Amino acid sequence: MNNLQTPDTLKTFLAEQEQKTLLRFLTCGSVDDGKSTLIGRLLYDTKLIYEDQLAALESDSRKWGTVGEEIDFALLVDGLEAEREQGITIDVAYRFFSTSKRKFIVADTPGHVQYTRNMATGASTADLAIVLVDARNGILTQTKRHTFIASLLGIRHIVVAINKIDLVDYDQNAFERITEEFKAFSAELGFDTITPIPLSARFGDNVTELSPHMGWYDGPTLLGHLETVDFESDHSSAPFRFPVQYVVRPNLDFRGFAGTVAAGSVAVGDSIVVAKSGKSSKVSRIVTMDGDLQNAVEGQAVTIVLDDEVEVSRGNMLVAPEERPHVADQFAANLVWFSEDPMIPGRQYILRTETDSVSASITALRHRIDVNSFAHEAATCLDMNEVGYCHLSTQAPLAFDAYADNRATGAFVLIDRVTNATVGAGMITHPLRRASNVHWQALDVDKKSRSEQKGQKPAVLWFTGLSGSGKSTIANLLEKRLLAEGRHSYILDGDNVRHGLNRDLGFTEEDRVENIRRVGEVARLMVDAGLLTLVSFISPFRAERQLARDMVEDGEFFEIFVDTPFEECAKRDPKGLYAKALRGEIKNFTGVDSPYEVPENPDIHLKTLGKSAEELLDELIEALKQKGALS
Amino acid sequence: MQPRTDTSQHLSHLKRLEAEAIHIFREVAANFEKPVMLYSIGKDSSVLLHLAMKAFYPAKPPFPFLHVDTTWKFQEMVAFRDETAKRLGIDLLVHINQDGVDRGISPFEHGSNIHTHEMKTVGLRQALDKYGFDAAFGGARRDEEKSRAKERIFSFRNAQHGWDPKNQRPEMWKIYNTRVSKGESIRVFPISNWTELDIWQYILLEDIPIVPLYFAKTRPVVERDGMLIMKDDDRMQLEAGETVEQKLVRFRTLGCYPLTGAIESDADTLEAIVSEMLTARTSERQGRLIDKDESGSMEKKKREGYF
Repeated sequence: MNNLQTPDTLKTFLAEQEQKTLLRFLTCGSVDDGKSTLIGRLLYDTKLIYEDQLAALESDSRKWGTVGEEIDFALLVDGLEAEREQGITIDVAYRFFSTSKRKFIVADTPGHVQYTRNMATGASTADLAIVLVDARNGILTQTKRHTFIASLLGIRHIVVAINKIDLVDYDQNAFERITEEFKAFSAELGFDTITPIPLSARFGDNVTELSPHMGWYDGPTLLGHLETVDFESDHSSAPFRFPVQYVVRPNLDFRGFAGTVAAGSVAVGDSIVVAKSGKSSKVSRIVTMDGDLQNAVEGQAVTIVLDDEVEVSRGNMLVAPEERPHVADQFAANLVWFSEDPMIPGRQYILRTETDSVSASITALRHRIDVNSFAHEAATCLDMNEVGYCHLSTQAPLAFDAYADNRATGAFVLIDRVTNATVGAGMITHPLRRASNVHWQALDVDKKSRSEQKGQKPAVLWFTGLSGSGKSTIANLLEKRLLAEGRHSYILDGDNVRHGLNRDLGFTEEDRVENIRRVGEVARLMVDAGLLTLVSFISPFRAERQLARDMVEDGEFFEIFVDTPFEECAKRDPKGLYAKALRGEIKNFTGVDSPYEVPENPDIHLKTLGKSAEELLDELIEALKQKGALS
Repeated sequence: MQPRTDTSQHLSHLKRLEAEAIHIFREVAANFEKPVMLYSIGKDSSVLLHLAMKAFYPAKPPFPFLHVDTTWKFQEMVAFRDETAKRLGIDLLVHINQDGVDRGISPFEHGSNIHTHEMKTVGLRQALDKYGFDAAFGGARRDEEKSRAKERIFSFRNAQHGWDPKNQRPEMWKIYNTRVSKGESIRVFPISNWTELDIWQYILLEDIPIVPLYFAKTRPVVERDGMLIMKDDDRMQLEAGETVEQKLVRFRTLGCYPLTGAIESDADTLEAIVSEMLTARTSERQGRLIDKDESGSMEKKKREGYF
């Protein structure tokens, strides 16, 4: 780098820089296998550590270091205070370095089991994974788990870095034993390449230079392999995919669709199809601030102008007419669960793809996958860090490809509707065709005519509250009043429904979700029939009340929170249930050993303490009139 | 079927970084009600602004730009800021923590910690609350500092603008969780994956205007605590034994002038700056007084709402 001062050398250097490819990889493996040390070593040996950083590192090594007087490279990447204190990596960190051949982005991901979700995060954008194995310990549970997740997330190239080889006296047998064990367990995971390298991150053997201690090893150094591995699959020959992010409309004369080409290429004059509507059009311009382009390829962010005024909005996709994506509202996917709250079939989540967002639920958990043995197991829910194969159903159709064909258009995340947390990530395998054979039967008499006949506006009046709070009493009084006024109504009562329709369900969290889903569906049919439908259910979970709300149209659902404190309910105890639950004779009893999630914004809030049932009824009717539920 | 176009085109490293940033700008514009871009006048902000202009072309960016003015920026920065806003025709908001000004907060008297907290962090929180922004773009890069390396591109902030490093949302693929409740917000870092070299190369390639302070020129500087501080106005009082010297210097990063050290350099073109960078032996934040107060100080500031 000494002659860079001359303009020509600099120009050449910059031109080279510009032509470099970019390899994104991640490091994973069990705790203490030396991931951070290895990255620190790569940064150090590629001379990317500045003097002031080195000085800080030396002082940090004395304070926190775990290798005596020497420099602890792990401290270069463990940036959070808690990590330094505990000597572990908590969160995925991104590091950057380059050589004369390539630029690299490294995701350093944690080995602790509770942080597996961060490993998945790092893997989702990586093309290669370095799996570290401690030569003394061999393959561990975490090794298998991380290798499996790498495969699940579509990584095709693996480096097995057999680290701390100095601690087993550079033993060739140890290296070969671990290599064989790794290849045996990963055979069915479908990697394109598996490259085992014996190394010592701490001392630098086989990292950037071949080790003098391992004459028996004839493979590449780690860096040599990273610089040359052929990882770029042929994205450009894949069928054209362009998820629309944003409609650019500065004035009435310009309407362009902004997005990033997710696969393939497109040129001015090409025919395209709007995925969800099937409408065709032609590309008239490809606009960028640097001037119009003749064509655009995978990875480019452009704005496409079409020939005619075809309807396209965010969430839709412009695609190649001859090879279209699937458009469906039911599909199968592998799901990685991130949240401490388990994944429960039937519960509503927000599903997001790169640009689309829709309400969705898991209709069936087909099986859970044991990430150690890769065996399929029966399960009713997924806990944090578990992986399962599921069927999903969305409220509106999605345009997608199989994840194996396209990582950009075959992936999604699930978001909790209440906390907005990202609770899971999915990789679609294929669409489910069942729905296409069960079409909606169009009926001549509709909800409007049925309601007009009865002279009323149908609605769901959903009473929620603890057992014994007075839901059924108030609902019962209300229905008597409605009947007297000549209105048409029906009560769905929690206890009564459990004697019939839902007699097969118990009180676990999963069964409670299914209980509400069925009752929500029945309520929806009754609203369709034009009835005022009173539902009296404990319904302890916000997500399920939201699910029921989403089943009917806007303005047809009224959540009535019958608010009686736990102590009062337990004192009243009309059915003697609290006494039993508190003695431990009933499991999963709401308020005792199963939670009640208080409504945050109920349509009507009835505070019952110190009021008679008749007073509460009057208060309720007044509120229903105000909200427009009753005329 | 029509003939396929030649697809052998190869996207360079910088083109991929550019596309990633543009994608992120569009995601925010499509998902948030009131985004804003934090504009701090430095080279990273200049690149960020350039990318924002690209993302929505031929339309203008559908959000305003905000500068939190500590009142201690170099005069040339403020002039450049106003000229840039005028040249591009963008909506620029300037916010000053008036309470801090009234209390006479000064980096000379109160030190970098208090000054930065009051005039930058508190000032920023005030501005975000005042306008009710639900998303704010910043020009931070992961290669700058260790806690930045761990931050998401879409980084969630609670209603108090605090960052919880142990409880970050997993960020998969290019699918960003943009959902927030009332009062909460997201900080967005479109150039997270750029390095300092990428920034300079891009400025060179795209011919992006930057503040002249980055180029070497003879400037009045005072040596203090091992750093060369430019005497930008009379608020800087000389201490015993100090003298103002005229030196050929430039700045690798820009901030409040009393907290930003100059380096001796004769690099007066972009090409010369890149050459100098390639042979540099210290990191760019070395000239920043605010990172050195204690190890882990950036993480602490970020938890409190600093960018």
